[in-house]
Amino acid sequence: MQAELQKVFTRPKTLRPVATHYCPGCGHGIAARLVAEVIDELGIREKTVGVAPVGCSVLLYNYLDIDMYEAAHGRAPAVATGCKRVHPDLVVFTYQGDGDLASIGTAEAVHIAARGEKVTTIFINNAIYGMTGGQMAPTTLIGQKTTTSPMGRISEQAGFPIRMAELLATVNGAAYIARTSVHTPKNIIQAKKAIKKAFETQIKGLGYSMVEVLSQCPTAWQMTPTDAIKWVEEKMVPYYPLGEFKAPKEG
Amino acid sequence: MEKKFMTGNEAIAEAAVQAGCRYFFGYPITPQNEIPEYMSRRLPEVGGVYLQAESEVAAINMLFGASGAGARVMTSSSGPGISLMQEGISFLAAAQLPCVIVNIMRGGPGLGGIQPSQSDYFQATKGGGHGDYHMLVLAPHTVQEAVSLTIEAFDLADKYRNPVMILGDGFLGQMMEPVEFKKIETVKIPAKTWTLTGAKGRPRNIIRTLYLDPVALEKVNLEINRKIQEMIKNEVRVETYLTDDAEVVIAAYGIVARIAKTAIRVLREKGVKVGLVRPITVFPFPYETFEKIANNVKKFLVVEMSFGQMLEDIKLSVCGKAKIEFYGRTGGMVPNYDEIVNETMKLIKGAD
Repeated sequence: MQAELQKVFTRPKTLRPVATHYCPGCGHGIAARLVAEVIDELGIREKTVGVAPVGCSVLLYNYLDIDMYEAAHGRAPAVATGCKRVHPDLVVFTYQGDGDLASIGTAEAVHIAARGEKVTTIFINNAIYGMTGGQMAPTTLIGQKTTTSPMGRISEQAGFPIRMAELLATVNGAAYIARTSVHTPKNIIQAKKAIKKAFETQIKGLGYSMVEVLSQCPTAWQMTPTDAIKWVEEKMVPYYPLGEFKAPKEG
Repeated sequence: MEKKFMTGNEAIAEAAVQAGCRYFFGYPITPQNEIPEYMSRRLPEVGGVYLQAESEVAAINMLFGASGAGARVMTSSSGPGISLMQEGISFLAAAQLPCVIVNIMRGGPGLGGIQPSQSDYFQATKGGGHGDYHMLVLAPHTVQEAVSLTIEAFDLADKYRNPVMILGDGFLGQMMEPVEFKKIETVKIPAKTWTLTGAKGRPRNIIRTLYLDPVALEKVNLEINRKIQEMIKNEVRVETYLTDDAEVVIAAYGIVARIAKTAIRVLREKGVKVGLVRPITVFPFPYETFEKIANNVKKFLVVEMSFGQMLEDIKLSVCGKAKIEFYGRTGGMVPNYDEIVNETMKLIKGAD
């Protein structure tokens, strides 16, 4: 008798069968996949619209098989707001990097939360500008070397890295705010849970939801992928603690 | 039909609602605040959404989102706010998204002032933001015309999948006139198959402006340019007034054209043969009208509330065939009709 084979792992339907432009060891590919898995599990592929603005995030529409906007740098929350206000029944999310959300688009990032837009944001924090070649980001750590902080970031000269999850958790319209990471399998599982919870928060109409994802960028950090994973654990997580900063009450 | 007594700003807002606009995103700035104020009470009555954005930068990107979602959408602002929107307008033109943007011009540069001006002509007609594109730009000279052009603006935006600007000024926005809202003729617009509504039962749609492959980007730009050439061919609107026997032709648009008409009446009463050419579309510009008139008329007087911006387009049309004088007031100063009368008389009396 032939043994029945059970399929235990497959490409999510929402993830298109194409190679990504992400560098080896980059966390973006994992995050994009998690979003695709969550969209599949919630059965919302045909009613979801994504917005990806400038940065390594921008080509997300190449990977997700959903309706998508490409937005100007920092403006994804405004674009998402326009879409959601026209179609309140759609599930709308933004997928933004740290330069985008925590620097050029800070006003939009804060006010989408303040308005309590029923929109979800996936915020990829890799502490650097990846696409433009490794310049200092708003989330670059003190002492971290980048092409525009060649001696390492000095707070007296370049200020301090900004913690967006903590900041947005203070805003009334935000319903779910969490920080996760994709540097270990355990963290990836937790990140997926948080992303799913964020989408569910939107679907329930509870308000704005945001999941920050700490992500490794070996190319711009000039490290091997394994060293990059260590760097997330040893340098990023202590400054950017993981966990839920705001969550709707259960039940 | 009953006439209503309204400010230009309120009339533009009501015209937008009657044209089917149900979404308005904006940020306060004088002298256009009556538009968002009107929309904030009117749109909820018709099941629409008024949303005050955190900035003009956000407002124009909300238009990007709402237009991409298939809605008729509008914003309004003035000088400094319109400058902040330029990046977004470039993106809207690049993504071929229809929308209507109202600029109730005030004195600049910088923060400038809150009194009327026409100093944003270059910005409005030559692109304004980065890259190769144009808005279609309509310049009303009465409150009634502001109504008809606003209604038409939505159809033109949909027809060309391009941003359309209503270029008014603080004078037109603030003054009250009786206006009539006629029944709108239904215009057939192409089906919006490109909107983002969730990829249900169809391949996904993408709204984008990044093309890293220059071959692909040139193709997009050629399509944008094809539409611009179509606008130039089909959409030029211009009023000529008493030009047939004119010795001098005044060129003015918007509220200045209105003042010029008074000056022309006064001059005609004195027996001075003077006429007016008034561009209604300032992009596309009525180059041919000026070119033709320059065959018969030897003197033009261009009057603007700027240091001469439309003047450059008139020089391009007249191409040296006639003498062109310019009279401009700026900083919020509006020319009185007698100033235009005096300038015309100087031109009549002056040697060739």
